[in-house]
Formats: sequence, C-alpha cells, structure tokens
Amino acid sequence: MFMSIKVRYFASLKERLGRSEQELVYSDGLTAGAVWLAATDGMELPRNILVAVNMDYASPDALVKDGDAVACFPPVTGG
Amino acid sequence: MSIVISQAIFDPWREVQAYQDELPIAGQYGATSVFVGTMRDFNQGDTVTGMNLDYYPGMTEKQLERIVAEAVLRWPVLETLVLHRVGDILPNEPIVLVAVWTAHRGDAFDACRHIMEELKTKAPFWKKELLASGDGRWVTANTAR
Repeated sequence: MFMSIKVRYFASLKERLGRSEQELVYSDGLTAGAVWLAATDGMELPRNILVAVNMDYASPDALVKDGDAVACFPPVTGG
Repeated sequence: MSIVISQAIFDPWREVQAYQDELPIAGQYGATSVFVGTMRDFNQGDTVTGMNLDYYPGMTEKQLERIVAEAVLRWPVLETLVLHRVGDILPNEPIVLVAVWTAHRGDAFDACRHIMEELKTKAPFWKKELLASGDGRWVTANTAR
C-alpha cells in the first residue's frame, strides 16, 4: 500500500530547506519522523524542530496515514 | 469566545469596547482582564525597524481554540476575545490582544495569563525582525515571561 502525505515547513526551516511544502508518496506504516527523513533525503531532525500531524502537535514517533498533513517548524515566537 | 487572526492593524481598546458592547452578559461580569502585546523597536541590543509574522493557517486557529477551551474548563470564564496580527508589523503597533470577562478578578487575571502564556508556547506564529542594517533575523525563542 502506498500513501500520500503532504509535508509543510515554516519560518526559518522553510528558508533553510528552500521550500514550504512537498507531497510525499511512500509505503504506509511511516512515523512522522520517518516522513521527515524521507522528505529531506535523510537529514537528521534538528532537536528543536516541532512536529504536527493534521494541525495537532505530535511526537516524531506518531504513525501517519494516507492523506495526513505533517508540518515541521521551529519553536513558536508569537504574542 | 472570539478568535481573530488579522493582517490589518487594530486598536485593541476599541476592539475590547466594541466586543463588550455586543455581549449578552451585561450585569454578569464584574471583572475584565486585558493583555495587549505591542511591538518594541529594540531586541537583543539591536534597533528593530519592522517585523513579519508568519503563521500556520488552520493550525494556529485550532491551537488557539484549544487554549481558550482549556481556560474555559479551568476557570468560570464568561467570555474571551483573542486577536493576533500576522504579516508586516511596525514598532508601536499592537501584536496581540487577550481579553477575559469573569464574575471576579482572580479568575479574569488567571485565565488571561494562562491563555497568553499558552499562546506564547503553543500557537504557531513566528516573528522575523527587520534590523536597522536591513538584515532579517528570525526570533528563535520567546522570553520566559
């Protein structure tokens, strides 16, 4: 089974990677952390980077499923 | 409970007044706590001439709704108003407004503080400062308080 995942990046991470989003088609059973690895050709997930799945904070160990949106971004600085 | 993300500049005091005028809770609230965050023209020893605020449309609103819902569960809150700017901001312009209406002052102070602190650590907004030199600089962390 293959699944399609949308990956989004924000703020300094978006600039660093040179892209704001990408579509990933991969075999299922991936964790959010594995999605990051696949999307960045094996770059280690920086320690300070936060992960969200479908707009909720998630652990890199969280399993993702077909159609999920994974977002990676630096610590938030609003307010 | 209103949450608004705004590109446009707003006057927090007029917003509080306008929102309060429309509330069907006149006579019930005895306390209103208001926090306004305003852009400074300095940070980390540098002059800052402007700022751009990035956010994650959809997730930002979702997290703010969760934060407000949590406050409503924890304190006897009658109403809340949360407004946050995104896009280009200039020094002295308001960035954020949190207003809380309750029967008594302790709950208003505590719920307002809670919403603001949670917003600071959980709502996906990111500030990029424009320095006097013309360079852009991402703010990497919020101050602890």
